[in-house]
Amino acid sequence: MSQKKADLAAVSTFADHEVILPPNKLKKAVQKAKPGAKPDFDPIAQAEAALAELAEDFGKWMDQECIRLDTARKAIRSAGVTKATRDALFLAAHDIKGQATTFGFPLVTPVADSLCRLIEHTPETARLPLDLIDRHVDAVRAITHKNTRGDSEVNAVKLAERLRHVTEEFLAHENRDRPEYLESILAPTIAPGEPNA
Amino acid sequence: MIRIDFNRLRFLIIDDNAHMRRILRTLLHGFGTREVYEAEDGAAGLEGFTHYSPDIVITDWAMPIFDGLELTQMIRQPGANNNPYVPIIMLTGHSEKKRVIAARDAGVTEFLAKPISAKALYGRVLNVVANPRPFIRTKTYFGPDRRRNANPNYAGPERRKGGKADVIKQQPLLDKAKTNA
Repeated sequence: MSQKKADLAAVSTFADHEVILPPNKLKKAVQKAKPGAKPDFDPIAQAEAALAELAEDFGKWMDQECIRLDTARKAIRSAGVTKATRDALFLAAHDIKGQATTFGFPLVTPVADSLCRLIEHTPETARLPLDLIDRHVDAVRAITHKNTRGDSEVNAVKLAERLRHVTEEFLAHENRDRPEYLESILAPTIAPGEPNA
Repeated sequence: MIRIDFNRLRFLIIDDNAHMRRILRTLLHGFGTREVYEAEDGAAGLEGFTHYSPDIVITDWAMPIFDGLELTQMIRQPGANNNPYVPIIMLTGHSEKKRVIAARDAGVTEFLAKPISAKALYGRVLNVVANPRPFIRTKTYFGPDRRRNANPNYAGPERRKGGKADVIKQQPLLDKAKTNA
């Protein structure tokens, strides 16, 4: 069966690579507005409004994430550091790192980030410092539950900075024989920021 | 000005966290999308990709079974599925430099670091729809062109060999892969 020309990729073959122009299947969704025409629909504002309607559930969702993190911490304490218990703790911390700001708990994010770094970059799993993990988990829970108190913000920032400092010192020591790795985890992010959409 | 008719796009969200899936679904519906499918891990995501033929995949990185990076590598296997060119947006809490580079080298189209925002997500979708990049295939890579912009000041070695004068007539590797599959 022959394919339509529009369904085929255009391929330019070079000595050691090919450049392929795939069929543009998403062209169907592109709309070009007339210059000066006022859009009747703001998709970003509409999406933000839809997200705001969800916001009443965010406190409950954050509580659930905290319980999950605490459960993972207890599992490490009771069953020891295994791949399964380590991964469960990392995934719980990682999800909080990614979601806390969206849920309205931005002060939790740096603490969860520090915990993720601690778990991910400690080269020998058996040497994961359980006391330092406890401090992080307790801080996540405390900041979450005291989020509305006025004086808690300064304390939360200080606590996050202290945990980060101790974590980075620990990681520097544990990775002292791996200077290239250490350099790679200290490099500034190149994740692209928000575009001018 | 270019706008996107989200109603004409089908999305597949792959994330092990139900809260994040809900947030993504809400944002996409807010943009005007009707067809949003979900999967809760890489394996279910691959199955959903085959089953639903999405226009755009949005995947988390850290997931059980196999992760978003492995999923991307599986989708970018020429001949393994109907659409190895599908735009893949990696939405992740990972933001370290080495992670961004690893995602790019696996064939991810756009990288979006959490926390998510409506504006950032819209921008990534707009980019993959309105500014599609060519694909490059070498012995070690198949995916969107990793060179987003031509740099006239680049002074390093030329890693892609063979200008237009050196074109070698041969069956496209993609077709070869399909033939041999």
